[in-house]
Amino acid sequence: MSNKVIYAIYNDDDILMNAVKKTRAAHHHIEEVFCPFPVHGLDKAMGLAPTRLAICSFIYGCIGISFATWMMNFVMIQDWPQDIGGKPSFSYIENMPAFVPIMFEMTVFFAAHLMVITFYMRSRLWPFKEAENPDVRTTDDHFLMEVAVNGNEEELISFFQGTGAVEVKVIEKH
Amino acid sequence: MYTFSSKLKTFSFILMAVGILGIGYGFLNAPKDIQEVETLLAAESHDGHGAVHHEETKVEGEAHGDAHHDKAEVAQHDAEHTEHLTHVLHQLQNKPWAALYVACIFFMLISMGVLAFYAIQQVAQAGWSPVLFRVMQGITAYLPMGSVIFFVILILCGLHFNHLFIWLDPEVVAHDELIANKSSYLNFPFWIIRAAIFLIGWNLYRYYSAKNCVAQDEATDNLYYKKNFKMSAGFLVFFIVSESIMSWDWIMSVDPHWFSTLFGWYVFASFFVSGITTIALVTVYLKSRGYLEYVNTSHIHDLAKFMFGISIFWTYLWFSQFMLIWYANIPEEITYFITRIQLYNLPFFGAVVMNFVFPLLILLNTDFKRLSWVIVMAGTVILGGHYLDFFNMIMPGTVGDRWFIGVSEISSVLFFLGLFIFAVFTALTKTPLLPKRNPFIEESKHFHY
Repeated sequence: MSNKVIYAIYNDDDILMNAVKKTRAAHHHIEEVFCPFPVHGLDKAMGLAPTRLAICSFIYGCIGISFATWMMNFVMIQDWPQDIGGKPSFSYIENMPAFVPIMFEMTVFFAAHLMVITFYMRSRLWPFKEAENPDVRTTDDHFLMEVAVNGNEEELISFFQGTGAVEVKVIEKH
Repeated sequence: MYTFSSKLKTFSFILMAVGILGIGYGFLNAPKDIQEVETLLAAESHDGHGAVHHEETKVEGEAHGDAHHDKAEVAQHDAEHTEHLTHVLHQLQNKPWAALYVACIFFMLISMGVLAFYAIQQVAQAGWSPVLFRVMQGITAYLPMGSVIFFVILILCGLHFNHLFIWLDPEVVAHDELIANKSSYLNFPFWIIRAAIFLIGWNLYRYYSAKNCVAQDEATDNLYYKKNFKMSAGFLVFFIVSESIMSWDWIMSVDPHWFSTLFGWYVFASFFVSGITTIALVTVYLKSRGYLEYVNTSHIHDLAKFMFGISIFWTYLWFSQFMLIWYANIPEEITYFITRIQLYNLPFFGAVVMNFVFPLLILLNTDFKRLSWVIVMAGTVILGGHYLDFFNMIMPGTVGDRWFIGVSEISSVLFFLGLFIFAVFTALTKTPLLPKRNPFIEESKHFHY
């Protein structure tokens, strides 16, 4: 079994969108699409599942507010309940307004940072990571669709040329 | 064109009729003199609540800023008793008035919130909202009616039909140095002239803006659109100044010993979010009746985002006002919140739950924001919560611990709700629901988020 893939290169996002739709309609499996900028609606055309990053963020926010509440309850109420400027430290609820700014900030902090880290991990991004572009022009002004080759190679090449590709390459992947 | 469904029309008339009966009942049921109050209090103390009420009334007496209170400390027990009775009498007599006042200002300010939102959409050249302009204009059609009734109530206050604003009572001002010092601002002629200027200014904008919007439909150029753009920009400047002063005049001066700098913004956020919620509810209703062809779930989603965002903005201001005063705990400021926390605990914190916690949890989800039933449910809770918010602003200074959400309060809301529905849906029948030649109408028709 060979690991051949086709690189169909486009120079316009509208043509790319049409090509993606045609490719999906012809039941060719799109491995990946490389774009220099976000193309609105591309994920939908490719049939990608919606992201769950927002749900993660909500959970992280809940963790943040729980942590802030636990921390301040322990420090200010249970461990050493001092009288600081006459603020009531008998129970958490009595002194809660003073804790709200910290609870809010911690919620935002946890929700934002943990979501970003989740994003990096899920999309495998980190410093010194080896770049994965198949063609340097995809970071500038070209769009590239990668499709696995199964069966008739000639037919596939002519199919992609028919979708308006400026260049169609067959690459042996290792 | 929209046709006012006869069912809804009948419903609004029923609401008004029931409301008027209830309001009348509330006024008839208010005690006339001290003797009635005495028998009332005696009946209460037999139930075992008397002592509690007596204590609470004392606390309230201070917060109310009753000038007689200092004198009472040295007076005889009898004098003190009579004074207490007079105090309770004033509170009980205020109750139907305050109920009417809260409902009246609440519904009038809802249409003001819609008007402000409409003006912002014009000035911001929003591409999504022009399909909703006629809905917004329909809702603001309540404004002239609401302002007239409200203005009449203000005049009745000035003619001493009630004790809603104690600084309007020359007897109180004579014995209260704090209020006397404010009398160059808080005096009836100046106060009523300010009210007239604000109400006329708002109504003029509403009238000409709607008129130009219809004229733009038949025009061949964009002259009327540009006129409306400039007028809206001017209105927003006038609005924010007048809104701020309005909140001092009509709401803050109920507690004339107390002041807060962000109060105007706080009041604004409260009725602004109510206005947006009303737009969403009316839109969902009209859409469900098949009248708004070009309104899709993306428009609803946008309105829901505004409901969500401004709810949080309201909470931010609510908390900022509360926390700064709670933290510093300066006696002349803190009485405002002591009254509310001790006597209005459930409505005071209940408003935060209804206006913050509930919308936060339900309108966070982007899929929920597209569902009509979620919008209707969240909208109902938000509107209820902001009525409660206005209730909390007015009631402690007018009726103190004598508050109750009973016949007077509910009927007042029903009456103004009926009038509101009648005015809004009558206005909606007058113009086509889709502006024809708005420069952004095509974009708005195809709006998709």
